[in-house]
Amino acid sequence: MPTFLREVHMKRHNLLDILFRNVTCLSAFAVLVLLIAIIVSLIIGSLPSIKAFGFQFLTSAEWDPVMDEFGALVPIVGTLVTSAIALLIAIPVSFGIALFLTELSPRWLRRPLGIAIELLAGIPSIIYGMWGLFVFAPLFADYVQPWLIEKLGPLPILGPLFQGIPMGIGVLTAGIILAIMVIPFIASVMRDVFEVVPTLLKESAYGLGATTWEVMWHVVLPYTKIGVAGGIMLGLGRALGETMAVTFVIGNAHQLSASLLMPGNSISSALANEFNEAVGKLYTSALVELGLILFLITFIVLSLARYMLYMLTKREGSTS
Amino acid sequence: MSVEKTVNPKLVVRDLNFYYGAERALKDINLTIPEKMVTAFIGPSGCGKSTMLRTFNRMYQLYPKQKATGEVLLDGENILDKKQDLNTLRAKIGMVFQKPTPFPMSIYDNIAFGAKLYENLSRHDMDERVEWALRKAALWTEAKDKLKQSGTGLSGGQQQRLCIARAIAVKPQILLLDEPTSALDPISTAHIEKLIDELKEEFTIIIVTHNMQQAARVSDYTAYMYLGDLIEFGDTRTVFTNPKRKETEDYITGRFG
Repeated sequence: MPTFLREVHMKRHNLLDILFRNVTCLSAFAVLVLLIAIIVSLIIGSLPSIKAFGFQFLTSAEWDPVMDEFGALVPIVGTLVTSAIALLIAIPVSFGIALFLTELSPRWLRRPLGIAIELLAGIPSIIYGMWGLFVFAPLFADYVQPWLIEKLGPLPILGPLFQGIPMGIGVLTAGIILAIMVIPFIASVMRDVFEVVPTLLKESAYGLGATTWEVMWHVVLPYTKIGVAGGIMLGLGRALGETMAVTFVIGNAHQLSASLLMPGNSISSALANEFNEAVGKLYTSALVELGLILFLITFIVLSLARYMLYMLTKREGSTS
Repeated sequence: MSVEKTVNPKLVVRDLNFYYGAERALKDINLTIPEKMVTAFIGPSGCGKSTMLRTFNRMYQLYPKQKATGEVLLDGENILDKKQDLNTLRAKIGMVFQKPTPFPMSIYDNIAFGAKLYENLSRHDMDERVEWALRKAALWTEAKDKLKQSGTGLSGGQQQRLCIARAIAVKPQILLLDEPTSALDPISTAHIEKLIDELKEEFTIIIVTHNMQQAARVSDYTAYMYLGDLIEFGDTRTVFTNPKRKETEDYITGRFG
């Protein structure tokens, strides 16, 4: 090829490359801009409520649309407690599922079970909500809650969590439904990361005489901790923001109660339920501020998780 | 001149057959592995030498379709017996693999991992055990100041010595080395070979290697395998200088494989 032709060719190449670089750059920045735009609009929307209630908004359990008195404590507590219950149940169960699928299950059972779990993740949340309300809650009220109230209710410290009447719906029910919803996410991520653990690493641990449990707990889990934490965060993210299923079973009552059996409210279900009927600037603004709080909670939780992971890695002393 | 050691049988293999599903990977193997010596298994890929090693600590048991028949007697006790407890067996027979496999934990914890499974050592005793194992594996001087650092931060050769230290910290009787230097540079390889020479004072060592010079350098006995058959087994010098079988001679002279 003559030199000048080659130069033209190279130039064209350069131009394309610059174009390509700018397009990718633009896409990446679009995400950032979108994120900032959403935060800003949430802040602007909640300004009236912030001005009216200030910090008290976070600590007040009052929620009275008639008197225009709003406080976010009940939905904040509801969101955090239901998510905590969900993770408390979902993490060990998911670990068990992933352990079984990667180490113990006979080969022919792995695929069908794995697919079943992925299908479970694909069920729309409204179906979980309906199932929770019409099937799970009545059974829970008839068979489990009376037992909880009778056996755990009188206990000294745990007791207040399990007192009240067996209604079926409530904070605990919402937490359990959430657990069922996030298990597929956490379990399938855990399975995926367990599967990429090098066979030699596992064999080394087995070769020292470790049992399956010891191999999983002391070697596989530390090796995959970043992936596992990622899976848990994915589940937590879903639990914090889940709206439909929770709205069905949490009871939607703006009341603060120590008992997990009593109805409560979560941020997302309060928003879903009340946006329609929100009349007046302050009411709407209070709801937008709830949204902003949910956003912040998610942000804080995810940052904390990152920090925790960083500390874990540091403690292990890893240089990589 | 080395002083002749008395030869005691440590591991006796009788009519050993091994199957990957329907495929027969070891065919009627009979041999005796002497105590506190280095026995090398050589042969081309797929000859069954690694499979052999994996029957000695029953690592194959992790995989449902693999099975072994016959007998492997460790001090007279058949380790292929169904009643044999795998964890106790693996405490007696340690293994080191083709690639270094440090656990994702500190150097100290890596060494203590195996020992903790069997013994309830006090903090002080564990410290001593870790130092002992690291000294035995010729890693103490390099690692003593960074015991709390992650094992994954060491170089490849150091990692492999860490794995050897981890295996001997359990105080096994036999060490299985499955191509322990195949992922290492020549200097690290030389380190490990020197180490093998020292370790045989205390342990019975069985090494699988692709590298014939290595087998010649480190082993007292050599077994040549081909397609699941044990072709020749004898003391290393004889196998390499005066092999009885034509196939062995072809392989070690490089005419084949």
